[in-house]
Amino acid sequence: MARIIKHRAVIQDNWQLLEQESGGSLPSDGDFVVPLELWMRERDTLSSRLGHIGVWLQTDTDPSTIAQDLARFDVIAVRFASFTDGRGYSLARLLRERHGYRGELRAIGDVLRDQLCYLSRCGFDAFALRADQNPLQALSAFDDFSEAYQASVERPEPLFRRRPEPDPQRKAA
Amino acid sequence: MYRYDEIDQRIVDERVSQFRDQTRRHLAGELSEDDFRPLRLQNGLYIQRYAPMLRVAIPYGLVSSAQLRRLAHIARAYDKGYAHFSTRQNVQFNWPRLDQAPDILAELAEVQMHAIQTSGNCVRNTTTDHFAGVARDEIVDSFVWCELIRQWSTLHPEFAYLPRKFKIAVSGSAADRAATWVHDIGLHARRGAEGDGVDGAGPGAGVDGAEQDAVGFRVIVGGGLGRTPIVGHAIREFLPWRHLLTYLEAILRVYNRYGRRDNKYKARIKILVKELTPAVFAQKVEEEWSHLRDGPATLIEEEVRRIEGRFTRPAYARLPPKEAFVEAMLAAEKGFANWHRRNVHPHKVPGYAAVTLSLKRTGAAPGDASAAQMDAIAGLAERYSFGELRVSHEQNLILADVRTSDLHALWREIKPLGLAAPNIGLLTNIIACPGGDFCSLANAKTIPVAEAIQRRFDDLDYLYDIGELDLNISGCMNSCGHHHIGHIGILGVDKQGEEFYQISIGGAQGADASLGKVIGPAFAREQVPEVIEKLIEVYLAERESEEERFIDTVRRIGIEPFKDYVYGTNHQTPRRNSRQLAVA
Repeated sequence: MARIIKHRAVIQDNWQLLEQESGGSLPSDGDFVVPLELWMRERDTLSSRLGHIGVWLQTDTDPSTIAQDLARFDVIAVRFASFTDGRGYSLARLLRERHGYRGELRAIGDVLRDQLCYLSRCGFDAFALRADQNPLQALSAFDDFSEAYQASVERPEPLFRRRPEPDPQRKAA
Repeated sequence: MYRYDEIDQRIVDERVSQFRDQTRRHLAGELSEDDFRPLRLQNGLYIQRYAPMLRVAIPYGLVSSAQLRRLAHIARAYDKGYAHFSTRQNVQFNWPRLDQAPDILAELAEVQMHAIQTSGNCVRNTTTDHFAGVARDEIVDSFVWCELIRQWSTLHPEFAYLPRKFKIAVSGSAADRAATWVHDIGLHARRGAEGDGVDGAGPGAGVDGAEQDAVGFRVIVGGGLGRTPIVGHAIREFLPWRHLLTYLEAILRVYNRYGRRDNKYKARIKILVKELTPAVFAQKVEEEWSHLRDGPATLIEEEVRRIEGRFTRPAYARLPPKEAFVEAMLAAEKGFANWHRRNVHPHKVPGYAAVTLSLKRTGAAPGDASAAQMDAIAGLAERYSFGELRVSHEQNLILADVRTSDLHALWREIKPLGLAAPNIGLLTNIIACPGGDFCSLANAKTIPVAEAIQRRFDDLDYLYDIGELDLNISGCMNSCGHHHIGHIGILGVDKQGEEFYQISIGGAQGADASLGKVIGPAFAREQVPEVIEKLIEVYLAERESEEERFIDTVRRIGIEPFKDYVYGTNHQTPRRNSRQLAVA
């Protein structure tokens, strides 16, 4: 079992990630995150298992391909081959903001401390950091910035809509 | 100047702390070079040929006296006593130490400056017309819109790791002085719901007045220079101002998702636009925008007015439009008249003028300024121009609000400072990247080439006879010297380890932007001034009148006559009609 960050705390993770299709069938219990291709092919079998099911996506996945299935996942993981692959950030926002996904959204792969802040603002709430990273030390990254200009999953309104109303008397003048 | 509020300041301060910690971890061996590189780049720090290079943002080119003094201080305390103003309206220090970079950023934050996103594959500093706010043909004050874009793009969580760098330019005037057609996104302000009327200019950001007169933007995408120079495509003729940020977001998202990441030379948005075709790209943007349109990021009038209100404005005096004293001095002093003709520009307020301080004196690297010059210029700005300056993409500094009655005194002060070269718009106002003397990407040096050309054309009468001519030099295909849009463009190339220079003609910036065509095989460095001279000889012989500029002649007769003469396939000397006429 690995330690991951979820909701800004380090927890023990019970999910097992199925890297590739092994050919055989999954055990009927246990929580698995399976590749998208496997899900697409064996949706019904996978749904009828006792254990929980999640799916992992490449950063270039078109989210509309699983839009109808989102309620059936407890976890969606996005795999970053490199932390500089910005597609994962757009994918997260689309899953959250356009398709209304509310379950756990986990960043996996080349995930480092210094990207947590942006990843979190784009809608990721769980992070399986790269093996050399210390998740406890990484927690402070969420507090690197106390404010942001843009609308994001964390703050659905941009800063300019969250400012206090200007003084009505000054406005009239 | 835009003045930070408490939140603007806090974000910049927090950025300094974040980068200080990242640098500390890197130097302690906890953050590898590969993991650190994108972080330092997004804080402006390159590792250059001899030392790191720190690029500091000058948002939309606007800088105050206090900020310029701080830049001078940084040049002295952390560098070798000078700085370089770039074609992107930024300023670069060529010799800082990596471990001191956080201290420099902290010093900048104290004067409301930063180096955020001045490099890396993210949205860079937004550039605009260096005559914004003072130009007579202004439709809106582009500074307000640039600041809105600056805030929207600063630390944008979704667009920090784009396929490649991303540059936005805004023009608020009828004439395009911001090269909007050769940027990833170009925004061209217009007025009227249909975008048919571009006059009706009023002050400010343009959100006032009736809806049919409100400001909007023509949106141009996919232009760019570099390895694959392309003039952009207008994908929307009129985008009402409220939708500016959601529409930018839609473009960036389409690019972020679909732009190529397998080959850095094909990763700019221009390649995506070209491969999809502009029409298909526009469809994708419109589809994406249909989800974002009227969402929370839609701009509101209160915000535009708030930003507008945070800009200080010059308190202009009521002055007569003409000064008898200036008129007399123009008649009496030829040096002043020459400078006035080239370096003084019209202003929308009677009795004021904008002045270019030339950083193109022969013998100085184009765009370089010493700490002493910067301090002196800061003082001039305070005494002559409300304490503000602009950096132009031609690598000069501009005092935008000088009383015409002060022009002569100003000229006398800047002459000994080496800032009065009367060459704006002329051949010796050479735009050049730092080149192989500094940059690790460069194939060839640029500074000695610029100097050799300036020496060849040191006769002012000859220079004035040649008239308007943009000459741009880039040390490599990355085209930081914008050689594609120079009337004459010079590109440093590497041939088996030797520096050579490829020459193109016929490029232009502005509303009729075009890309230059290469005239033939490249030349050795020492041949370059002579080749330029030959190009000029052909022009002077062929031009139909003194009003016909070099670029006009190239467009009229094509590049063949130039090519023939330069490469000696036509051994006849060109007809010398107009040159002789001019000299006579």
